[in-house]
Parts: sequence; structure tokens; C-alpha cells
Amino acid sequence: MSFPTFLFYAFAAILVFAALRVVTTRNPVHAALWLVLAFFTAAAHWLMLRAEFLAIALVLVYVGAVMVLFLFVVMMLDVNFDSLRAQFRNYVPVAATVGVLVLVEMALVLLGSYLKPGSAALPAPAAGGNTRALGLLLYTDYVYAFEIAAVVLLVAIIAAIALTHRRRRETRYQDPGKQVKVRAKDRLRVLGMPAEKRDG
Amino acid sequence: MNLAPVAGFFGPAWPVLWTLAKILVIAVPVILGVAYMTYAERKVIGWMQVRIGPNRVGPLGLLQPFADVFKLIFKEIVVPTGANRYLFFIAPMLALGPALAAWAVVPFAEGLVLADINAGLLYILAMTSIGVYGIILAGWASNSKYAFLGCLRSAAQIVSYEIAMGFALVGVLMCASSLNLSDIVRGQEGGLANWYFIPLFPLFIVYFISGVAETNRHPFDVAEGESEIVAGFHVEYSGVTFALFFLAEYMNMILIAALTAIMFLGGWLAPWPLLNSDTVLGFAPFGDGLPWLLGKMAFVLLVFLWIRATFPRYRYDQIMRLGWKVFIPVTLVWIVFVGAMMQTRFAPLFH
Repeated sequence: MSFPTFLFYAFAAILVFAALRVVTTRNPVHAALWLVLAFFTAAAHWLMLRAEFLAIALVLVYVGAVMVLFLFVVMMLDVNFDSLRAQFRNYVPVAATVGVLVLVEMALVLLGSYLKPGSAALPAPAAGGNTRALGLLLYTDYVYAFEIAAVVLLVAIIAAIALTHRRRRETRYQDPGKQVKVRAKDRLRVLGMPAEKRDG
Repeated sequence: MNLAPVAGFFGPAWPVLWTLAKILVIAVPVILGVAYMTYAERKVIGWMQVRIGPNRVGPLGLLQPFADVFKLIFKEIVVPTGANRYLFFIAPMLALGPALAAWAVVPFAEGLVLADINAGLLYILAMTSIGVYGIILAGWASNSKYAFLGCLRSAAQIVSYEIAMGFALVGVLMCASSLNLSDIVRGQEGGLANWYFIPLFPLFIVYFISGVAETNRHPFDVAEGESEIVAGFHVEYSGVTFALFFLAEYMNMILIAALTAIMFLGGWLAPWPLLNSDTVLGFAPFGDGLPWLLGKMAFVLLVFLWIRATFPRYRYDQIMRLGWKVFIPVTLVWIVFVGAMMQTRFAPLFH
């Protein structure tokens, strides 16, 4: 077994174990952390496939940003585990159906290319690294799709803020412009008071 | 130096051993740098406040960092009641790991880099963004209100300033048209006037201040605001576990200094190209090389300390306002400006 093959199996084992722990662990914070490990190991897999841009983007976006916010929310929730477990039985049929569907769909897509002979060979890495290759494609051939995706995300951000943001009346705000403009003579008046001497 | 006989002796294990050796050559000086950074901090702030600073252990107090390290190593590690034991111990390691890993792509001189990868800048962003896990977990696993509040503050602050920091680096990669850190330094060749801090001056300022905020340093250290939440996320940590957080914070500081020097201040390049032709025995003592990078890093670190000794702490809402309402718009405007200028006849100014 060559070293890359060994690494593949090692990472694959960690990935599968972490993914299993995400759904089996009881503590939601632990589940989020196992998911972080799963993302990280998936990134390692992509690195071995020479997709360094995707691997680092996965760590940067999912591990570095999405999961941090996720963990934030999960940490502050007070989850009652007993009531969650009581409902588990009710959800099993729906969850099992969805799970089987996802499995079948993925099998349909993946098995087709796996069963072809010679498909296991890696394509040669793009010249100048795949960051450059991806950038060239995104900003030329797929520029409209890329821009539309960006606009959709922007709209989603604005919508989320518009839906949740409310100005509370009791909150007091600073206006830094006004603070900078303040001069001493607006705020205090200096009175001339001659010193008085006690009559000798 | 010919290493072939040594390599032959170790056989297939050689690449691993050689890489490990290179990692040690980077990590050990960085850790020593952290030790003397703490000494420098106490001395410099002492001088700024007309005090003497540490002067008891060793000549001029030079052994003070080691005294501190031994003190921390021999202290008892107290685990709070109800703390999540595993996460409590994993958190400091998670803080330290990324801080060390980011050094892998930092170029110290021409060709002197552990991993000269094309996506180096992205790697740096990824590594600095996962350092926050150590802080979040430390706060959560400690089972303490102060620690939890500190970790929430700190994580919100780091996530906010990361955006401004990332955008500032977008400006750099537009100028250098590369994500490779060595290429970014090479793009600044030709003396002081070509360093990126001139065309990207607003981004340079934003990057540096965001760097101070990212490392939770003064005046952005509400995460450990002593008067409000004692010591923030690491209030329950003692001994070696605390030392690891300390190490991670200072290592991040040195890393930010190195990155500022590389992205905006020409990295290992000498400020005047003439210095390269001024040779003694075929060797240019003041030419491009590691000493210039170290000098620039030392300057940036001095500014870190200077800021700490000068400014009062920000209030929490002021920190958020600065990050979201000032820095992010400034970087966005400047990126568009740089992009527009590149299409005009002033393009050479922006490379």
C-alpha cells in the first residue's frame, strides 16, 4: 500500500467516524465539533485530489465562518434532550425515507462514473494551480451564473437583516459625527471669578 | 551542503524527517520570539511609563521569560466543577495549533519557506479563521459565566474583523495578481516606493488595526476586560493550559507582524535596491534577506506595544461600529478604486 493510499484510508476512516458521531452524540455542541472534524477531513481529501482551492475554501468558509456561527447558536440554546429523544420515534419514518432517497440519488450519480474502467485516474492539475484555473472559468465562461449567485446571496443577507432587525426605543445610540463636532464652549461656561481675600 | 549521504541513510523516512527538521527550525525561534516578546512588552511599556520593568532574573532581567515559563509549568491545573473535561483540555491546543500551522507558508527570504504553495494567502486566512475555536471552546467548556461572556465577545469580535482583514488582503492580491506570499513580496521589488503600503495605504491601516483586534490586544481586549469579566475566556485556566493560550496569542501577534511586513512593507526586501550592490567579500550585508523582514516585524510589534501603552480600551459597541461601519466600507471602496485605477494610465502605480 503506497503512502497516499494509506493517507486516503486514514482520512476516510476519520471522516466516516466523525460523520457518525455527528448524528449519534447527545450533546449538540459535541455534534457541531464532530462536524467541524468531518469538514476538515473532507478538506484533506480534496487536498489529496490536488483541489487545493476547494479544500482551503471549505476550511475557510465552512469551518472558519459557518460552523463558528453555528456553534455560537448551539452553545446558547438550552436544549432539553429528553423531549428530543421522545420525539425521535415520530420522525423515524420521514427521516428514513429522506435518507434512502439521498442514498439512491448519490448512488445513481456516482456509480455510473465509478463502474467505467480507467475513471479512477486523477486528471492532471491545471497549469498555474487550480485557484487560477477556477478564477478564469468563474470570471469568463460562468460570469453570469457567478454574479447571479452573488446577488442572490446579497438579497438573502439584506432580507435576513430586514426581517430580524428592529430598532428598540430604549436603546441609546451614539452619533460619532456629533461627538467629534462638540466644542468646549457648547458644553460649559467659564465664569470669571476674582479671587477673594479674607479681610485682614 | 550535500545532504545525499544522510538522506540515503534514512531511506524513505528522509522526506518526513527533513520536513520535521525544517518545522523545528521555524517553530523553535518563533517560540523563543514569543518568550522575548513578553519580556520586550514589559520592558518597553515600563520605559514608556517611566518604570524599569523586569530586572531581577538574570542580567537586565533577560531570564525573566524562563522564570515565568517554569512557574507556569509547575503550577497546578485546576479543572472547574462541571467543566467539560475533554474540551477544557483540547481548547488550548486548538488555539495554539492554527497559530503554529500558519507559519508554514510564511516566506522568510527568497526561497526560504517551508511550503511555497500557490494558495498561500488563502491558507493563511483559513488558519487564522479557525483559531477562534480554541477561544469559543475554552469559554464554553469552563462552565463559568465570565469565561462564557468573554468567549462570546471575543468570537464576535474576531469574526467581524476577519471580514475587513480579508478584504484588505484582496487589495494586496489584486496588486500582486498572485496568492503566493513569495510572489507578493517579489511584486514589491524596486525599493521603498514600490511597497504596497503606498498604493494601498487605507488597506494597510485597516489590516494593521484589524490585526490588533484579531489578536484581542489592547485597545480591543474587551474579551478579557479585567474590570468587567476578570480575564474573559481563560479565567478558569491555570498553569500550562493558560501558558498555551498565552503562547497562541503572542504567536498570532508575531504572525500578524510578519504578514503586515510581507504584504505591505516589502517582506525581506531592502528599502533601497542600491544596498544589494554594496558588497563585502561578495556578500551584501545590508541587501535583501531575513534581517530586513525581522526588522520590519520588530517595528510592527513595537507599534503593537506602543498602542497598548497609549490608548484606553474601546467599549464593545464602539468596536463593532469600527469594524462593520468604518473598516468594511473603507476596504470595499478602496478595492473598487484600485480596480478602476488599474484600467487607467496610473496602472503602474498599482502594479
